[in-house]
Amino acid sequence: MLALLVAVLQQIPEGFVRVTGVPQTEQIPAAPLVIAAYAFFLLLMVFYLWTIWRRIGKVETEMHVLERRQSEKR
Amino acid sequence: MRPGFLAVAFLVLKKDLAIEFKSREIVYTTLFFAVACVMIFSFAFVMEEGVPVQGAAAGILWIAVAFSGTLALGRTFERERYGETLRALLLAPASRAAVYAGKLFGMILMMAATEIVLTPMVAFFFHAPFFARPLLLAALLGLGTIGFASVGTLFAAMLVRTRTRDVLLPILLYPVTIPVIIAGVRGTTALLQSPPEEPVATLWIGLLTAFDVVFVTLALWTFEPLMTE
Amino acid sequence: MKRLFVPLAVVAAAMFAAAPVAIAKADYESTMLLVQKIFYFHFATWMAMTLAIAVCGVASLVYLFRGSKLADWYAVASAELVVVFGIFGLFSGSLWGRKAWGVWWQWDARVTMATMLVLVFLGYLMVRKYGGPGSEKLAAAMGIFGAATAPFVYKSVDWWRTIHPQTTVMKTLGGNWPGAWYLVWFCTASFLTLTVLMLAARVRLEAMRHRLDEMYLAAEDS
Repeated sequence: MLALLVAVLQQIPEGFVRVTGVPQTEQIPAAPLVIAAYAFFLLLMVFYLWTIWRRIGKVETEMHVLERRQSEKR
Repeated sequence: MRPGFLAVAFLVLKKDLAIEFKSREIVYTTLFFAVACVMIFSFAFVMEEGVPVQGAAAGILWIAVAFSGTLALGRTFERERYGETLRALLLAPASRAAVYAGKLFGMILMMAATEIVLTPMVAFFFHAPFFARPLLLAALLGLGTIGFASVGTLFAAMLVRTRTRDVLLPILLYPVTIPVIIAGVRGTTALLQSPPEEPVATLWIGLLTAFDVVFVTLALWTFEPLMTE
Repeated sequence: MKRLFVPLAVVAAAMFAAAPVAIAKADYESTMLLVQKIFYFHFATWMAMTLAIAVCGVASLVYLFRGSKLADWYAVASAELVVVFGIFGLFSGSLWGRKAWGVWWQWDARVTMATMLVLVFLGYLMVRKYGGPGSEKLAAAMGIFGAATAPFVYKSVDWWRTIHPQTTVMKTLGGNWPGAWYLVWFCTASFLTLTVLMLAARVRLEAMRHRLDEMYLAAEDS
């Protein structure tokens, strides 16, 4: 573990290096982390767009109420 | 004839100092609050056998400065709000930026007074050799104070008419001044090493200068439109 | 602008459908292997956040000095996007760091400064919500100061070497590993397209709110 950390610390400042082929097994499984990251992105975007949609909906409802009240007055 | 920029600034400063000398309310309460901060941190960071964590001294000093500075900002502008003097100041035929500068000078002096007491105190309680390089330390504290006070004075002034000003000031001020605090703490920590790391401290002094230039310029520029309704 | 929305949305959707496939197919990095693939979206989200910060800063300036309502709408919309993209950046970075550094969090220069920027723009949103009338101007001040400190975040990693990858990573990537370079810029382009779309949607909300206020005023007059 320490060797891996040292290797990582020595490698990172210079840049990413490509390697092809099958990766070795590691102690902390990376797949759940990668999947969690991308899944979180999707959830976050969907959530944010939903909040915009919900707020627009509220404003539109109010607008319709106002319009109806105006037409009733006349 | 319109008075010059510095003349107005010093007039505002004189007024604030005159009021403060009479009651000394803000100076004493801010100082006491800063001391209380340091005491609380001392209790939090002292290990067994009563030996304090020396590395914490720099951080504690700057946190106490930041917290007490925020308090002083709030109190100063509360006083203005109560007397409705801010509106009078802004109505005066003087450049608004000069009014800001005057208030800023006052704030810097106030925070400097607190720091003069705080620094030896923290050095004493935490066995921290703050005074190994007094000039560099003074530069760090001075520049950091200018950076913090410049943003603080602007934000405190613009929040004066806001109902939730007391809670909003820290929320707005602390994130923006994080770089200043970090630079101050890092620089001070460098000075606490044995031997003191002068080039590192000088680097942070340079960075603080850059922040100060940016913040003061922005504050002078935006004070007028922010305070106009 | 309105007419471009749907085609742009289609383009964005296509890009975001293609991206994961391309990322999955990309080669592994030599020391970090699978977890490095977070980089493609991680970098892209910071680019999107930077764009949002720039928009917020400029819009805040225009609003403060010209009083343009449209600028204010863009300021608040971009501030929300800064927080959204910033949160994702911190989250993805944390997951990546868990594997690459062994810890969920590190107070290194760029992580700290990025967190600070998210806090600044959260403060922006707080002051707009709880600052009462006239809070748009106060928020504009936050936007301006936040945008002013942003360049320091970028340069911070160059000035003090810590555990975080340096800016040289991107500079050398083009020469060393063009596949990754193209992919990361493709992801960035997708994110920037998404930013434009979300800005448009959010500004539309503000415009509608404004119209609603006008309708209320007109109703009171009649």
